[in-house]
Amino acid sequence: MSQEAAHHGPPTSFIRKYIFSVDHKVIGKQYYGLALVAVFTGMILSWLMRFHLVWPNAAIPGLQSLSKVGAPGGVMTPEYYLSLLTMHGTLMVFFVLTNAPFAAFGNYFLPIQIGAEDMAFPRFNMMSFWVTFVAFVVLMSAFFVPDGPPISGWTAYAPLSAVGSDAGPGLGMGQNLWAISIALFCIASLLGALNFISTTLDLRSKGMTLMRMPISTWAWFITSCIALLAFAVLLPACLLLILDRIAGTSFFVPGGLMISDRLQPHSGGSPLLWQHLFWFFGHPEVYIAILPAMGIVSHILINSMRKPLLSHRVVIASMLSIGFLSYMVWGHHMFLSGMNPFSALVFSFPTLVITIPATILTLIWLGSLYGSRLQITSASLFALGFISMFVSGGVSGFFLAQPSIDIYLHATYFVVGHFHLVMGVAAIFGIFAGTYFWFPKMSGHMMNEALGKIHFWFTFVGTYCIFMPFHYLGLAGNVRRYSSFVDDYLQPLLPVHKFITIAAFCTGAAQLVFLFNLIYSRFKGAPAPDNPWNATSLEWTVPSPPPWNNFGDKHPVVYHDPYQYGVEGASADFIMQDSPEKVPVQS
Amino acid sequence: MGKIFAVTVAIIAIASAIPIVMHTWAPPEDISTHGHAIDDQMKDTMYEAGFSFLAAQLLLGFFIWQNAGRGKQDKLKNFPGGAKGLVIAALVLVGSEILALGVLGQKAWASVYFASPDKDAMTIQAQAGQFAFYFRYPGADGKFGGMHPDKIDEGNQNFFGLDPENDVDSRDDIVAAELAVPVNRQVNLTLHSKDVGHSFYVRELRIQQDFVPGLDLAVHFTATKVGRYEIVCTQLCGLGHYNMKAYLSVLSQEDFDKWLKERAP
Amino acid sequence: MATTVHEPPMITEQPTNGGGAPPAIPPLEERLRSVSDRQPEPARTGIWVALAAIAMSFAAFTSALIVRQGSPANDWQHILIPRILYFNTAILILSSLTLEIARRKTASFIRTQGATRGQAMAWLFATLGLGLAFVTGQYVAWLQLRSEGLYLSTNPNSSFFYLLTAVHAIHVLGGLGGLARVIRRLAPATPILRKSTMDATSYYWHFMGILWIYLLCILVFKL
Repeated sequence: MSQEAAHHGPPTSFIRKYIFSVDHKVIGKQYYGLALVAVFTGMILSWLMRFHLVWPNAAIPGLQSLSKVGAPGGVMTPEYYLSLLTMHGTLMVFFVLTNAPFAAFGNYFLPIQIGAEDMAFPRFNMMSFWVTFVAFVVLMSAFFVPDGPPISGWTAYAPLSAVGSDAGPGLGMGQNLWAISIALFCIASLLGALNFISTTLDLRSKGMTLMRMPISTWAWFITSCIALLAFAVLLPACLLLILDRIAGTSFFVPGGLMISDRLQPHSGGSPLLWQHLFWFFGHPEVYIAILPAMGIVSHILINSMRKPLLSHRVVIASMLSIGFLSYMVWGHHMFLSGMNPFSALVFSFPTLVITIPATILTLIWLGSLYGSRLQITSASLFALGFISMFVSGGVSGFFLAQPSIDIYLHATYFVVGHFHLVMGVAAIFGIFAGTYFWFPKMSGHMMNEALGKIHFWFTFVGTYCIFMPFHYLGLAGNVRRYSSFVDDYLQPLLPVHKFITIAAFCTGAAQLVFLFNLIYSRFKGAPAPDNPWNATSLEWTVPSPPPWNNFGDKHPVVYHDPYQYGVEGASADFIMQDSPEKVPVQS
Repeated sequence: MGKIFAVTVAIIAIASAIPIVMHTWAPPEDISTHGHAIDDQMKDTMYEAGFSFLAAQLLLGFFIWQNAGRGKQDKLKNFPGGAKGLVIAALVLVGSEILALGVLGQKAWASVYFASPDKDAMTIQAQAGQFAFYFRYPGADGKFGGMHPDKIDEGNQNFFGLDPENDVDSRDDIVAAELAVPVNRQVNLTLHSKDVGHSFYVRELRIQQDFVPGLDLAVHFTATKVGRYEIVCTQLCGLGHYNMKAYLSVLSQEDFDKWLKERAP
Repeated sequence: MATTVHEPPMITEQPTNGGGAPPAIPPLEERLRSVSDRQPEPARTGIWVALAAIAMSFAAFTSALIVRQGSPANDWQHILIPRILYFNTAILILSSLTLEIARRKTASFIRTQGATRGQAMAWLFATLGLGLAFVTGQYVAWLQLRSEGLYLSTNPNSSFFYLLTAVHAIHVLGGLGGLARVIRRLAPATPILRKSTMDATSYYWHFMGILWIYLLCILVFKL
């Protein structure tokens, strides 16, 4: 007999256990697996791009089998470069940075960290993942249509993205598939956000007050609130784009456009409308990418330091302010877009102000290190590396937040360096840290520490070698999204690009160490105890991996704040949240 | 390993700062009247950002050096001042920075965008299309003829879709593939897009402005140094985006007049 | 492991609210919350969250409309709203009333306070029927526009007309699905309908009504 969505018995069939599972842990792992496929695909695309930039006339063996038209004889055409660029951005921002830190780890650990046996709506949860999966397949299918993937970038500005194939290759079927894929992704994300919010508000176990939730849980909760409102705007935007493309409407396309010697039939639409709708989503999206990483890193750092952060409340308040402010700054992507110049100043102010909670967080991380008993593990190295990367990526924001400076730096590699450091490195470091920390819990095996540290060193140094020079290129005025560098002033910069490309290949290769470690440890890693890191939060009170209903028949009662490390007079240097041990009153 | 990491962070931070300090890769010489305000702003921001960057990275390295490997026997300590001190520090540091950069910075922005062009500014029209820039001068009558997209005929060099047969104003319009301007004379450049979004960027002029299809936009500047500078497109516009460029020729008044006369129809 | 076979069919909100049969589950304070306990029931929280997202989407559509109306192309051509829309509005408002009656009848039936299952079902079916009538009426409105030569791409006004009414209608269809689910759960000899499900479905349905009134104002005053 079918039950209410929430309460489900243990899965019995293979399909129910591993494929169409309503278990949040399985769904979390499915999201992680999808993100893994997406990130390696995105990384390979970036290799192809970097190779072409430095050796534009060289043939890449085998590329012609991916696209005869895009890479005849293995030599990439300019349009194919732009297709790869579009797919790289789309895959990374949506299918990696929204999936892994938020959907994957959040799905797996949020219910456990609050003492629940599953998410509030397990069937919606399963639907969420499979809709994301379909979105991924739809997106990837753009590689296999005759004209290839779209060339309009992950930002898909109109009218380039809205008028169809007259504007260029890939802008026919490829762009349609992109728009459909993203629309599906929006629906999946909305369902996911719904689940996270309801679960956090309603399914906390006895004693688990909001302030006793771990920082990672808070981060997922705040992220899901942001995601709910952001994706609710991107979905209409995609719908309007699809209508302009296939139904002859003119939401984004003005009249009088002469493209490929054809006067386009649209009239009256506004390209700026697309930009406003897109960036109203797009800016909160980048905070969706970084907030979970901040939460995960805080969570891990505290455990590694054997000491809580200087103030739990301040950290949560900062994350909340970042979430709130993230909705006020979208116009900083549009300073030079032709919107009212006064608006530029209006958007610049909150963009600068958002630096305040970000700085508070950074100072709290740094200040908490003082006087701690910092343990160095693969997880803590990536958590510490996150701080370094976040600082590096963040300071370039000071420049870009000011419209007057943006006049020079807009659309240069300076911007590309900025967002790669914060998203492409810092957020990814959050994912790595989370993996090394939680892999034992998720799989029941320990990862190899030596390989983890090797992975860390190559990645830390390598990503700095790749992305720090982007800022220098930007200061020199090197424009972005160019498939080749033919301008006079760009020639002296080619050696820098060569350095970056080589660094990219080396760093990319190092990720294979991580992949190997993941797969090898899953099967041959040392068995993991329940609490290998002597941690305090609820996920460490259950077996590794946890049973289907997380806590078995014993539901946790929470007696303590989440980070009782180094408590004076306690029996050990940590007290687990569900431990009945009374904490001596701290003065 | 903590100590090695601490040293690595310090080395990377300092190494990253070196090319900035040495101006190894820097914006080219400013040739505009408004550019110095932007450059000053950039310099101030570089000091602030550079200081914050180095301080944070070195502090990170220092604290890792100091605290990695401390064991159970070492006493846990709290940073003096605790969270409150750090929040105040953040508010003061960042707050003052926002005031300095934001308030002062808006002057540089205002000088480009809030000031109207001078009455005697020379108006030149720029058109961006896949994948070239064209420029139009109004000719002796000082008036631009109307543009008719359906009359655009690149084969016959009618890039702007002019109709000289029926439109008197367009008969003396001068169309060129390069932008020539007289030195020390304000130019009001109107921006028209033929097809999709593009952008006008001249590094030396410290000017960048998007072309938005359907919108009449304009940007004004005064070039202060004779020379030849690259105009590049910075808004992704299709497969030829990387190759979409033109030249800005800043000429003496005399040379400019000659240039114009050579091209008059 | 508890299963619904052993749980009472209808879980009241808070035992301390009084009124109704003594709850078979111990009070909240003594219980540990988990998915199986569902107190407070996530369906209610969930529906507010969902309505927030839906509201945000329509806010996005509204801003698109405002921007488009101000286009320099000056191509905003007022269209006459088909009269049937007013009739459809009345139907939708009526359906909210019938749903509220249905809710009360259902609660009364479950708590064995006088109403019969038949009565509750009747009002639920009435709501369902009115909802279907609404959607059909919207379709008739589209046919009327088409007969006037106004299609999706004819002008921006017609584009927004079809867009807003269609997106709303799709959400109404979703609401109909929710109502059907409530009916299905009330039907068996031992009903398995939770109060939170009934409540959530009702909130959603009423929101569709309120949203429609908002959209109607937009259509009448802007388009």
